[in-house]
Amino acid sequence: MTNLAIGRLRRFSATPGQMAVVLLIAAFLLAFLLVPAATVIYVAFTEKGTSNLTLVNFLDFFRNDLFVRSFWNSVYVSSLSVVWATLFALPLAVITTRFQFRGAMLIQTLGFLPLIMPPFVGAVAMQLLFGRNGSVNLLLDQHLGFKLPFMDGLNGVVFVQSLHYFPFILINVSNSLRQIDSAMEEAAQNLGSSGFRLFRRIIFPLAMPGYLAGASLVFVKVFDDLATPLLLNVKDMLAPQAYLRVTSIGLADPMGYVISTILIAVSIFAMWASVAVMRGREYSTVQRGGGGLARRKMKRGEAILAYGAVTLVLLLVLSPHIGLLLLSFATIWSFSPLPDGYTMANYGRVIGESSIYIKNTLIYASLAGLIDVVLGGAIAYLVLRTKIIGRAWLDWAAMSALAIPGVVLGIGYLRTYYGVTLPDGTPLATLSIMLVLALSVRRLPYALRACYAAMQQISVSLEEAAENLGANKRRTVRRIVLPLMMGGILAGFVTSFSTAAVELSATLMLIQSNSEAPIAYGLYMFMQSPAGRGPGAALGVIAVILVAVCTFASHYVIERSQKAMGARK
Amino acid sequence: MTVKFKEPKMAQTRDGAAVAGARKIEITNVNVHYGELHVLKDINLEIQPGEFFAFLGPSGCGKTTLLRLIAGFNNASSGDVRVGGQDILAMPPWKRDVGMVFQSYALWPHLSVARNVAFGLEERKLPRDEVARRVKAALELVGMGHLADRRPSQLSGGQQQRVAVARTIAIEPKVLLLDEPLSNLDAKMRVQVRRELRDLQQRLNLTTIFVTHDQEEANAICDRIAVFGDGRIQQVGRPMDLYERPASLFVANFLGTANILDGELVTVDGKRLFKVTDTISVPVPDGVTISPGTRLVFRPQHASLEDAGGQGVRLPGRVSNIEFLGASVRYGVMVGTSEVLIDVPFQSGASVRTVGADVNVLLPSDCMLWLAE
Repeated sequence: MTNLAIGRLRRFSATPGQMAVVLLIAAFLLAFLLVPAATVIYVAFTEKGTSNLTLVNFLDFFRNDLFVRSFWNSVYVSSLSVVWATLFALPLAVITTRFQFRGAMLIQTLGFLPLIMPPFVGAVAMQLLFGRNGSVNLLLDQHLGFKLPFMDGLNGVVFVQSLHYFPFILINVSNSLRQIDSAMEEAAQNLGSSGFRLFRRIIFPLAMPGYLAGASLVFVKVFDDLATPLLLNVKDMLAPQAYLRVTSIGLADPMGYVISTILIAVSIFAMWASVAVMRGREYSTVQRGGGGLARRKMKRGEAILAYGAVTLVLLLVLSPHIGLLLLSFATIWSFSPLPDGYTMANYGRVIGESSIYIKNTLIYASLAGLIDVVLGGAIAYLVLRTKIIGRAWLDWAAMSALAIPGVVLGIGYLRTYYGVTLPDGTPLATLSIMLVLALSVRRLPYALRACYAAMQQISVSLEEAAENLGANKRRTVRRIVLPLMMGGILAGFVTSFSTAAVELSATLMLIQSNSEAPIAYGLYMFMQSPAGRGPGAALGVIAVILVAVCTFASHYVIERSQKAMGARK
Repeated sequence: MTVKFKEPKMAQTRDGAAVAGARKIEITNVNVHYGELHVLKDINLEIQPGEFFAFLGPSGCGKTTLLRLIAGFNNASSGDVRVGGQDILAMPPWKRDVGMVFQSYALWPHLSVARNVAFGLEERKLPRDEVARRVKAALELVGMGHLADRRPSQLSGGQQQRVAVARTIAIEPKVLLLDEPLSNLDAKMRVQVRRELRDLQQRLNLTTIFVTHDQEEANAICDRIAVFGDGRIQQVGRPMDLYERPASLFVANFLGTANILDGELVTVDGKRLFKVTDTISVPVPDGVTISPGTRLVFRPQHASLEDAGGQGVRLPGRVSNIEFLGASVRYGVMVGTSEVLIDVPFQSGASVRTVGADVNVLLPSDCMLWLAE
């Protein structure tokens, strides 16, 4: 009878250690994600200066021409960015997965390039190349006598954002295309379909889930981005408006919170919509033994077209990088297709003055990455390996960070923690650790997914075998689970690290002084004045290299460790 | 080869007599639920020290659930399990000392063969030289000493299986649990490895439970078998007894091929008859109780095809199918509306019947079984 009781107890409760971990994670998420986000929404719905619930703030928002225009501008820019990103991504995805194409690997790799450079850094270089008096327009004017308004106003934001974010669509669609069973295509051919009709009726619909996932991500990212419009001097969009209201009018003004609430709502809506469209449709086509789509040889005409398209897109993709590199070595670059002269002085100045930015970035991004993999690993373990109450809630709460834009989280931190002071009177919100926390919360969903994937690969019997041989839960985690998850944990860390290293939205809200600022903040400061652009570009190049080196190093380590394990499932 | 592995002195016999060192496993009134699902129902079982015992049954019958309950990976809603007299259900898996070999082997890919085998010994905080000695002994016992530095992924299926066994016996467990250990091997390896497992079990004198869905495996190497069906133990016994005297239709069907004839009890002139069709009936021997649902069961090789003569019951039928199996010819014979299978030993030169031929199935009375569900 006592056995029975103990057996039951063991089934329905968890060890004290697990309970403690759950409580700690819950406290963290509550303090640094849910409460700040809830505060923002709460303030948006309360009358200024009182605590009466009201909708009057939202009425004010929709009565204000600037805000309404900003809202529609944001919708316009995001939608158009999705369209252009699709136009860049689809040909690359199709050509590299469906045809025998030299350099397919190169394209897939180069496709990732934009992601390791913050879009607002690229924006400056793009201005120099494609702006009204940029290289391309100067050449057009000289030879053909007209200019194209690539970078004017909202166009510029669309151009920069679609170039920056199209890899999300490229990666997702390529993965979907690769997973389609070749029998799907052969069956259609067998029934008489071919060419573009085959693509439109069979292939693309099957790749639809991947496309929608990528497209909704692009939409949300563009909608929430603060730095790119600011640097291109486009202020009538929602995220910049939120930032400007809070920084110029103050934390008490409800409009910043209303805009933030709308940003959250649009994010949630876009993500929900992409899932809702696919709901109830069966698209899983991966079958055993199905070896992906057959790659076809291109006809001569097709090949010319394909190489042409690929070259054009790649040139565009590389243009911010090329522009940035040129700018970083330029003495003066204005009203001319290429810089007037070249120098190393920019790098000298950056390394001399700005090494503090680099140091801060390394510290903040490493800490954020560390917090993410610890939390992500713990949540993944709790969800996949225990039956503890509240584990699904933890997972949901951590993932909800996806819907909270950086600028909103920053505003939430300021509002929640500005009143809370240390004994010496410093507001909690001004500590740089707050930035680290904001960065880690924003990246947590990605690290969590990486840890999830890694843990799902580990067969439960590997852990049971360890317990059977005398290792308790804690020892099993240390000796079996952690070593086997290392690849995934590292991947999660690098994702968090490299994106946190170039994040600006939350940084702009939370950083008070230059001495505590990371690279992104320094870049932003440099890029605001024409004289700072050279050094800014040099700092940008350093940031890109930093992120690229970390990314490739981790890929190398992961591949090596997988090889050592024999890449077993 | 000088293997210094703790081997008990006494040899074990197939009758499972108590031997020093080996533990007894007692399972009493065990019930297991998965939510609403009642997976194991009132399990009672006593496994003798040193016995090689099989849990046999189709997938989903609960045999693996019971094995995992003993190892500590499932919880019982009632009942208890004793190993060597000690109640183990309240212990966590890592305190139980019941060695389990997993179906997938569960070798850790990030550790070498030797480190895999050393794991349990290290967890027991044994001195380093003791660990090294016992790793070597365990690996040599399974003939894997020369591959100690390999990674599991560099081994064949059979080698992985041996490492998994070595890893488990290295900790000198109280009992050995084998979860379908042969299912990931090809047919030829299976026959070889099952023999090795039996030899090893005999040498170590370990009470062993062997879970399988393959009756041939269980018959070949186990002292006794518990046949599982639908969450219950249907019958426990020695392999030959189970085959000769199945207690139910389920066991008869699961162990080997069985012919099953449906019918009803009628009494004609004071004699009890089992009426299969209007024209075919079988006299029921005295002492046999026939209740609704009782069927007539016999094995294909126990019956024969006769034109005339011989002792026993004759069932008229017509040959409907012929399969040549090598050592015998298997005839399908329509008796009434059911087809029964009859194995006739094949002799060269003997005449083979043709499909459509009218025959009599001769059924010796001592081979008839009267079984219900």
